[in-house]
Amino acid sequence: MSDAVIQSAAGRRLPSLSALGPLLALILLVVLGASLNDNFLSAGNVTNVLARSAFIGMIAVGMTFVITSGGLDLSVGSMAAFIAGVMILGMNALLPAMGVGVPLVLAGMGIALGVGLLAGLGNGLLVTKARIEPFIVTLGTMGIFRSLVTWLADGGTISLDFGVRQLYRPVYYSGLFGIAWPIIVFAIVAIAGQVAMRHTRFGRYCEAIGSNDKVALYSAVNVERIRLLTYVLLGLLVGLATIMYVPRLGSASGSTGMLWELEAIAAVIIGGTALKGGYGRVWGTVVGVLILSLIDNILILADLVSPYLNGTIQGVIIVFAVVLQRGKSSSA
Amino acid sequence: MERRAFLTTAAIGAATAAAGVSVPAMAQGKKAVIGVSIPSATHGFMGGLNWHAQETIKRLKATYPNLEFVLATAGAVGKQVNDIEDMVATRNIDALVVLPFESEPLTSPVKAVKDAGKWVTVVDRGLSQPGIEDLYVAGDNTAFGRVSGEYFKANLKPGAKIVVLRGIPTTLDNERVEAFQAAIAGSGIEILDMQHGNWNRDKAFQVMQDYLSKHKQIDAVWAADDDMAIGVMEAIAQAGRQKEMWIVGGAGMKEIIKRVMDKDPQVPVDVSYTPAQISTALEVTALRFVSDTPVYGRFIIGSTLITAENAAQFYFPNSPF
Repeated sequence: MSDAVIQSAAGRRLPSLSALGPLLALILLVVLGASLNDNFLSAGNVTNVLARSAFIGMIAVGMTFVITSGGLDLSVGSMAAFIAGVMILGMNALLPAMGVGVPLVLAGMGIALGVGLLAGLGNGLLVTKARIEPFIVTLGTMGIFRSLVTWLADGGTISLDFGVRQLYRPVYYSGLFGIAWPIIVFAIVAIAGQVAMRHTRFGRYCEAIGSNDKVALYSAVNVERIRLLTYVLLGLLVGLATIMYVPRLGSASGSTGMLWELEAIAAVIIGGTALKGGYGRVWGTVVGVLILSLIDNILILADLVSPYLNGTIQGVIIVFAVVLQRGKSSSA
Repeated sequence: MERRAFLTTAAIGAATAAAGVSVPAMAQGKKAVIGVSIPSATHGFMGGLNWHAQETIKRLKATYPNLEFVLATAGAVGKQVNDIEDMVATRNIDALVVLPFESEPLTSPVKAVKDAGKWVTVVDRGLSQPGIEDLYVAGDNTAFGRVSGEYFKANLKPGAKIVVLRGIPTTLDNERVEAFQAAIAGSGIEILDMQHGNWNRDKAFQVMQDYLSKHKQIDAVWAADDDMAIGVMEAIAQAGRQKEMWIVGGAGMKEIIKRVMDKDPQVPVDVSYTPAQISTALEVTALRFVSDTPVYGRFIIGSTLITAENAAQFYFPNSPF
């Protein structure tokens, strides 16, 4: 494995057998799903699974960079709920002035990205400038965002105006050449993330900082700036995910985005990124997200076990997927 | 959560200030203080419950000048225990109206209040030891499931196929589902699938998407909750199968009640399980202090079928739920 790491640092890494572990688990799941239910591979079901993976997927791609550079962000689920709430309230407030139209939707998207950027910047500054452990910073902001959205909603649900909703709805439900928009956006984010991690200075700096921030600092890497950037990037991606999420149900409440942070972190780790930092694999994260969505989908399509046991099956498959990829590297 | 706590503190502060001003003016009669402890508004139903609690307190204060209220909302069990202890120690309450966050941990603190000679009203979730409370006010989960089941039995032909979404795995959810199954027994209605939607819109949306991929024929959906019904409707709309099936939710969310009022064929009825039960508890408890009306015992609020005809009486457009 140490060979692989050295090669990866040089950017010429070939997938080793253990790196293919999560991919193998994904293929096994697809085969299992297809054999259990005829509708599993239908266009409708594939679209459903990919589109619902898109939110966690975009967030998980951002999370890959944060974790690779040795950080962590527990606030993303609450942040998504908060952004959704602010975005909906903002659009409702602008409605009388702007009327139902594309500019209003664009304004909403602008709000989402803006709030996401500020939220990520807040997390990043607290980690880099105030030098607080990322776990504690984001545990704090997790509670803050969650309670703010509950407060904004007065304990209920914030709903987008019906007319705006009808205009905005196609952003989730329709697409290009039969491929839903969330899937297209997720694919673009994933490819851009993969390129950024493997072929840009930013990606290499993230890995360098995650494996040893002192060495990175002495090598003239601006450690604080790169770390800050990873949180800002993640905030922006949470904003982007929210842009795709809001048209789905047109509402946000205190329970929106519950546990998304854990799903995103799990996807990153299943995909082969090291939780302690230093090595990131964006395509693996995408595979991890798909594995998590597929487990849920197959359990409902197949009626294999009592619904009470769904969590057990999920846990077993997550651990199994990680065992597949770590099997050979545990001694390294 | 913190913001809520802050607001509560502010509310208590305001109440104290108001009391300070009004005490000399009220010298003629004995004032009764009623402490109200409820979970904070973390989801739709509790949001509605908080709103109804505040509205009722406002109304009762205006109606009965000799009643005073202390409202505290708690986001966790420990906080609720502290709230109750504080009420007894610093506000000298005469009565406690409590919706326990969890039954077990709240039993002994509430018993201590009772042992101190205070009136105790327990709402919705019973304590784990019987006989502590003077008055018990709650919704009826068995009736909730039964009323829903009876509607399915009366409106579907034998051989009809339905899917069910369950809530968070709890005793409450089990009671509802068992009563539903008992009510449709012998009707020839087939339950194709039962999965947990956790009373959550997003989760219900995904579960319903999967049901729709899996089953070619679905005649009706028991969503068992109005939040879940909204997710279910969106999934059905996505699949373009609105004409094939109707949906019954539950609780009484204003958006759903509105649809029932407007005779939406997709949502013909709703089944009540109202967050306004806190109002019942407060009103009845207040009677104890302003009249000789006997109010001890149990007050179980029925779950009724909300139809286009009676929907208006369940419609609270200002409530957040």
